[in-house]
Amino acid sequence: MAKFRKNEAKEVPAISTGSMPDIIFMLIFFFMVTTSMRETTMKVKIKLPEATEVQKLEKKSLVSFIYIGPPTNAKLYGTEARIQLNDSYARVDDIIPFIEQERLDRAEADRPLLTTSLKIDENVRMGLVTDVKQELRKCGAFRINYSVRKGE
Amino acid sequence: MARKKKKVPEINASSMADISFLLLIFFLVTTTMDTDSGITRRLPPPIENPDMDVKVKERNILNVMINKYDKLMVNGKPSQVEDLKDITRDFITPKPNNETAPEVEMKEIELIGNFMTNKGVVSLKNDRGTSYQMYIAVQNELAKAFNELREEVSQQYFRTSYSNLTDKDKIDAVNKAVPVRISEAEPEEIK
Repeated sequence: MAKFRKNEAKEVPAISTGSMPDIIFMLIFFFMVTTSMRETTMKVKIKLPEATEVQKLEKKSLVSFIYIGPPTNAKLYGTEARIQLNDSYARVDDIIPFIEQERLDRAEADRPLLTTSLKIDENVRMGLVTDVKQELRKCGAFRINYSVRKGE
Repeated sequence: MARKKKKVPEINASSMADISFLLLIFFLVTTTMDTDSGITRRLPPPIENPDMDVKVKERNILNVMINKYDKLMVNGKPSQVEDLKDITRDFITPKPNNETAPEVEMKEIELIGNFMTNKGVVSLKNDRGTSYQMYIAVQNELAKAFNELREEVSQQYFRTSYSNLTDKDKIDAVNKAVPVRISEAEPEEIK
């Protein structure tokens, strides 16, 4: 009998899993807060160039994006680099109306702080990039950011 | 007659964990943690009359050109991207008694006091056929040179790294002491 009792005492009590949902909920809230859903579907392939001297873009709401790269669907649109604004392909002439629209979407006080982030594929020729930059200058969008991958 | 208390059956909460797991996995999949980062630059306002040229003394200019074969030329000499940082660094370091180096100017800067600033301008020119990759590589090297000098000033006057400065006035002071002067030429064809 004594032997039997000894064994009983050794048993490890089951770990309570009651707080498991709480832990998971905490994680959920973390991801819910940090998540940002992709708003645009990419129609151009972009492999950003690498650089080391990068600065973080603050205030994501004050950034408008211009994508330039070869179309994802090469069979349909060829391999020539194209500009993408919002969800569709655009020409250089469309940039000024695009920037105007982006400005109208922001509060008046924020408009001068609007930054244009240029996400450009590393193989794009500078000719197109220069054209885009000229358009941006014409409409007064002087703050730009060349988006890059952070290298070592 | 005492009313019979209706017993509400307890809700089984054991599936709560499963539901929250499902939500967790959804957010894990959709989340993109990429903070956008890049090289920030300011474009110059458009030129109102193109005939009016701003004269800058030759010693104040560092000419950087990239041709359509992604080859680099610095002040008329073929150069490598790897060397560009050191050349630029040398160029923007104030050297008051050197006739060939860019001019210097004493400036009164808040928090720093009298500081010798360099009037040198890096002039960057590229061809329409230059690849974006090369352009960014060059911009990166230029930025590296300016950041190094800022780092030095920051260490000297505030005893901290430039990236660790949080006081906006101090950052402004360093930025004023070492302004990023990169001038991009109006587009034209270079051979």
